[in-house]
Amino acid sequence: MELRTDYMGLQLRNPLVASASPLCHTVDGVRSLADAGVGAVVLHSLFEEELAEEAARQARLIEAGSESFPESLSYFPTSAGFGPRPYLDLLERAAAAVDIPVIGSLNGASPTGWTDYARAMQDSGAAAIELNISYLPGDPSISGRDAERRHLEILQLVEAEVTVPIAVKLNPYFSSIGEMAVELDRAGAGALVLFNRFLYPDIDSESLGVVSTVGLSNPREARLARTWIALLRGRVKAGLAATTGVEGPDDVARYLLAGADVVMTTSALLRHGPQHARVLLDGLAEWMARKGFSRLDDFRGRLAVPSGTDATAHARAGYVAALRAANASPHGPW
Amino acid sequence: MSATIDGNEAVASVAYRLNEVCGIFPITPASPMAELADEWASQRRPNIWGNVPRVVEMQSEGGAAGALHGALQGGALSTTFTASQGLLLMIPNMYKIAGELTPTVFHIAARSLAAQALSIFGDHSDVMAVRQTGFAMLASSSVQEAQDLAAVAQAATLRSRVPFVHFFDGFRTSHELNTIELLSDEDLAATVPLELVRAHRQRAMSPEHPFIRGTSQNPDVYFQARETVNPYYERVPDLVAGALVQLGERTGRHYHLVDYTGHPKAERVMVVMGSGAETARETVAHLNQRGERVGVLTVRLYRPFPAAELLAALPATATRVAVMDRTKEPGSLGEPLFLDVLGALAEAQTHAERGPIPMVIGGRYGLSSKEFTPGMVAGVFEELGREHPRRRFTVGINDDVSGTSISYQSGLDIEAPTTVRAVFFGLGSDGTVGANKNTIKILGVEANLYAQGYFVYDSKKSGSQTISHLRFGPDPIRAPYLVSRASFVGCHHFELLERVDILGCAAPGATLLLNAPHPPDQVWDALARPIQAEILEKGLKLYVIDAGRIAREVGLGGRVNTVLQTCFFAISGVLEPERAIARIKAAITKSYGARGSKVVAANLQAVDQALAALALVELPAKVTSTAELPPPVPAGAPEFVQRVTAEMIAGRGDQLPVSALPVDGTWPSGTAAYEKRNVSDLVALWDPDLCIQCGNCSFVCPHSVIRSKYYPESALAGAPASFRSAPLSARGLPATTYTLQVYAEDCTGCALCVEVCPVTAPDDTERKAINLADREPLVTIERGNIAFFETLPYARRSRVDFGTVRGAQFLRPLFEFSGACAGCGETPYLKLLSQLFGDRATIANATGCSSIYGGNLPTTPWTVNSDGRGPAWSNSLFEDNAEFGLGLRLAADSHVDLARRLLSELREKLGGELVEAILSAPQRSESEFRSQRERVAELKRRLATLEAPAAVDLASVVDHLVRRSVWLVGGDGWAYDIGYGGLDHVLASGHDVNVLVLDTEVYSNTGGQMSKATPLGAVAKFAAAGKTVEKKDLALQAIAYGTVYVARVAMGADPQQTLQAFREAEAYDGPSLVIAYSHCIAHGIDMRQGLDQQYRAVASGYWPLVRYDPKLRAAGRNPFLLDSARPHLRLEEYSQRELRYSMLANSDPAEAERLAGLSQAAVKLRWDTYEEMATWPAQRFAADARRLH
Repeated sequence: MELRTDYMGLQLRNPLVASASPLCHTVDGVRSLADAGVGAVVLHSLFEEELAEEAARQARLIEAGSESFPESLSYFPTSAGFGPRPYLDLLERAAAAVDIPVIGSLNGASPTGWTDYARAMQDSGAAAIELNISYLPGDPSISGRDAERRHLEILQLVEAEVTVPIAVKLNPYFSSIGEMAVELDRAGAGALVLFNRFLYPDIDSESLGVVSTVGLSNPREARLARTWIALLRGRVKAGLAATTGVEGPDDVARYLLAGADVVMTTSALLRHGPQHARVLLDGLAEWMARKGFSRLDDFRGRLAVPSGTDATAHARAGYVAALRAANASPHGPW
Repeated sequence: MSATIDGNEAVASVAYRLNEVCGIFPITPASPMAELADEWASQRRPNIWGNVPRVVEMQSEGGAAGALHGALQGGALSTTFTASQGLLLMIPNMYKIAGELTPTVFHIAARSLAAQALSIFGDHSDVMAVRQTGFAMLASSSVQEAQDLAAVAQAATLRSRVPFVHFFDGFRTSHELNTIELLSDEDLAATVPLELVRAHRQRAMSPEHPFIRGTSQNPDVYFQARETVNPYYERVPDLVAGALVQLGERTGRHYHLVDYTGHPKAERVMVVMGSGAETARETVAHLNQRGERVGVLTVRLYRPFPAAELLAALPATATRVAVMDRTKEPGSLGEPLFLDVLGALAEAQTHAERGPIPMVIGGRYGLSSKEFTPGMVAGVFEELGREHPRRRFTVGINDDVSGTSISYQSGLDIEAPTTVRAVFFGLGSDGTVGANKNTIKILGVEANLYAQGYFVYDSKKSGSQTISHLRFGPDPIRAPYLVSRASFVGCHHFELLERVDILGCAAPGATLLLNAPHPPDQVWDALARPIQAEILEKGLKLYVIDAGRIAREVGLGGRVNTVLQTCFFAISGVLEPERAIARIKAAITKSYGARGSKVVAANLQAVDQALAALALVELPAKVTSTAELPPPVPAGAPEFVQRVTAEMIAGRGDQLPVSALPVDGTWPSGTAAYEKRNVSDLVALWDPDLCIQCGNCSFVCPHSVIRSKYYPESALAGAPASFRSAPLSARGLPATTYTLQVYAEDCTGCALCVEVCPVTAPDDTERKAINLADREPLVTIERGNIAFFETLPYARRSRVDFGTVRGAQFLRPLFEFSGACAGCGETPYLKLLSQLFGDRATIANATGCSSIYGGNLPTTPWTVNSDGRGPAWSNSLFEDNAEFGLGLRLAADSHVDLARRLLSELREKLGGELVEAILSAPQRSESEFRSQRERVAELKRRLATLEAPAAVDLASVVDHLVRRSVWLVGGDGWAYDIGYGGLDHVLASGHDVNVLVLDTEVYSNTGGQMSKATPLGAVAKFAAAGKTVEKKDLALQAIAYGTVYVARVAMGADPQQTLQAFREAEAYDGPSLVIAYSHCIAHGIDMRQGLDQQYRAVASGYWPLVRYDPKLRAAGRNPFLLDSARPHLRLEEYSQRELRYSMLANSDPAEAERLAGLSQAAVKLRWDTYEEMATWPAQRFAADARRLH
């Protein structure tokens, strides 16, 4: 079975990409993912703001109690400084340790943060850079247009700085996701990654407090991304990466049918371990064999919304009917 | 090339570059040399021959000396850095090394020895105690000299084969920043040619050309063999002189074995070594300018004593000589240098090599870093000029007991007017010292500008005060004494004005920069009368700034350093202001760059805001305030505290006469209660309505500032209106009221109480039943509340449930208000010990944090109860604490035996019933102790009526009939490393001692060096690259004996288990070992989260809670109790919150990842082992075979 695929110019041995998770925090973890067969790995994001805060926190801790008592004017060896080194070092070692592409992920906070760290990632061996441009929802001072403009500006800033392909990870909260995707595509994005999940806090009615929650995704959440991939397939030159809600081989197949170039998974690998990648890939191959497909292109995008935008075409693909039916169901929405 | 560095760095740089092996162990003030060597090695920095020296930390200085001896015998160039007791521990090896003519240099930051008390400060007591070992000794008197003579010593030892001690004054030179010319690698290579190194290697042990060294010799040859070395020692002076000449030729800095400075026809001459010589030289120049004829002989080579050079250097005109020793040798004819000089002169005269010899007198000065000033030097010359000068004298103190002290003019100012002198008063936490060091670095690189910095710290670890003494000028600064007439004085905290004599060091017309929370037009009114008066009297210029507000606004919290540093440059004129500000900003960008853009931006903003807010205060013509300064201690304090302690608190301890001080190091208990330090702006405040009276806050409070009492409702009559109380939440005690009183002025605001409080307000999840609140408005109110609270009796111990945390809160702590770090992880355990057993406890405390916050003057925390009973506490040494404690036990046992025997003998006279009751009394529970105390009180009454010798004898030991609780307390540096051999032996002895190991997993007191308790993967000093060996499992080692009660506890994880373990350990009739997880500032944590970290340590399986009780084994049950639940956190969820683990990821990410993986595996392995042990049958454990009486 031929599973090889292209993702924004990177040649992958298969379309399964392990996205950011604790599994990618160590070289051993990345190696275990590669050994399990994934086509590429995206490291967790380097958060510029977090780095700055951590640097300030560590500086405070080092200073605490120092220069106060004659026997202990300090409590630590001279600091090596705080910064992106652990991340870049991991990237470098991971890239050297495996023969699949390792993609760096970046969340900047300042123009120089985006450009400097992107260049540093490229220098450390990143095969590509994924821009994790996430705004925390809840800030009413950012207009929709500003948010869109920021995405484009950041992409252009980084493009001017690096030669490796650049993917943009989007959240699903644009007024017009389609327009945003097309604009990013025009601006030269190598791929669009759909979608970023926000982890919403919850309220604990016993402790009367707000608690943070970490929820792994489930296949039901995949429909939003799958729908948009189906809608964007053929409308943008950029590669399309599906992320969210991949549990079994069937979820992979469905994303590919919708038109994804690659399918990313985190939750399933965390739930079942890195070796689950093999289960997904074997299952995909088995499904392809059962359906008579020998290559990905035999079926990729088969259920995408055709690029002609007339209503007939939509209806033919079943999307309009499905949407109507879903929204008319007794379970809502009303 | 010049640089502004301290003496330790200057010496370490030379020693490191000229050696192949460094054997190290932390000891103040030498530790920084070892730390630098270790860091350089971990950075793979090579010596001048291209190799990276091997730096190895040993378990003690004795161990370091042993390793060094071996390395030297193996042919490696080897060195060490030490001081004080550390040097004493090296003495046995020093004889060996010298006896074998082995070249090495020991670099010593000379320090006092522990006698009537320990002192970390500088004098020559330690080096004088090794003058007989056969080591040559070279003394440096400044930072520059310390660097240069470090190299000379190395050259001379290799040329002569005689080992060297190179010493310089602890703190005064080791910690003084001064601008010096550096020795390059080329300079060093020229000083120490490679052929000397090869010759050393040639003498090494080798199976290729074997020999026997270290034989045992007998009466026939030992004596002669001992004399074989004489020619080598005879050559030393010439070889040192040669090396000095060579150095002088290369660098232009010329030194001699003995240097004479002064009038060529001086009549009066001082002989001195170390930094005092620098002061003496400068003063002599000043006095001679005034027309006197005086001189000073600086002795650099002290052993072999250069008698000929000394005699040659001494002007023939000298008729009076004062020899100054910075040490004391009680009972001797005189101190060592005095005897040497006198001997040299006498010998020369008796051999007719010179005519009449001058009158020689001997003086002691500068013990424990006591100041040695130009005024004192002049005073010595004045004494020499008297018709009958004192033969022996002291200078710098008022000896009103033996009359040794001479008088002097304290105000003599000999400094050049071009030298800018500045003094800054700050707190440890505000960054003042760091900023001043930065200032020195900024100015030290200016062309033709020399800088000096010296920093004085107080004796507390929380809220400590710092005083920075800075000098800048166009000439090298040779003034190794504090600034006394400053042209600039910075008071970085307004409150300090009332506590410290800040204006005393201000010269007339000086500038005073005051950080005050008052606007310029109101600040004058906020000053007390004496302060206003002194400002006007001295004509000071007053600048004011609210640096606290600016620091808070820009996000720097309490760190006011940048704001005030900017003000200094703006006002002082040391540099042209614009240039200075640019330099500050550049320095900020450089030094904070690695800490992220936010930190840099905040500091840059602080500079700009400081310049905008700085204001000159227009002063009125006369004093307007009527407010006086508060007394250092309350008026009701005991007489000794008023007379002695209060003076020390006020910073006037230097003026106390000899007669004021105890003769044998014995001080009263419980003086911390009289020093209200008000160190935190935020203090705990109790909410009686929310409180469930669980006692958790009181249990964990590291500073014993949270006290609980219950009392009849009726006792509230007369309480101040502000007094807080609530009905007692307990069955069976109706009409009883509960109060939790916070001692606000003693609270450090650490917030452990808030963190541990289990209650939150229904309407505000941030509010607990105890919260932090502004101290200022509470102080007066709480003074009244505390006064009333103290009239309420503590609960009777026999009525308190010792077995629960809730009950323990009602026990009076007999350890209170220590100066430990805010939120200290050790002190809650000590407080608990004092609550449970304090009234009958004897404590042997190993040197370390606990001996410092436990016994560092002026005030100490171990105190007494209302009966006057409390812990009897003493600190012997670092290495011997287990043995010392065992001795206390043996003495107690011996006296118990005596008392019981005499009691039996006097049975008829004392009453058989009473005697029998006393002899057979069980003494485990508190009610049993109470009964026994009553019996012993009755016994004393009856004994008082008897005159028989046996009765008198019995009266002298009768108190031992109440069982004593002997505790051996110390940190992991003691228990795992330096004292481990002794501890192991004491545990194996079977005697009834209780060992409490306050395990911070590093040498906390000396600044966080690795011990064998340091965990795998953690970064510490001496383990800068991360520790690669697992922490020693001390618990399992002790368990192996079968006779030791063992517990591993963590109060933050399970306070109940801690309480149970303490009680079981104490009740166990045999050795007990309690290993207590003690979070520490050296872990790199927010101390507020210390207890949560303890919980995580346990929940991740890193710190399994265990108890091992040999009594269970004897009863046929499994004695190994695993008290904590299976790990449910990953190790990283505990470890990565601590800087000691996380910082390795910055310096060596791959290694961090490797060690993290191994650490997690090790945790699992240990847990599996423990879990299995918890299922073993009793027979799998060693039996307790002791014969118990």
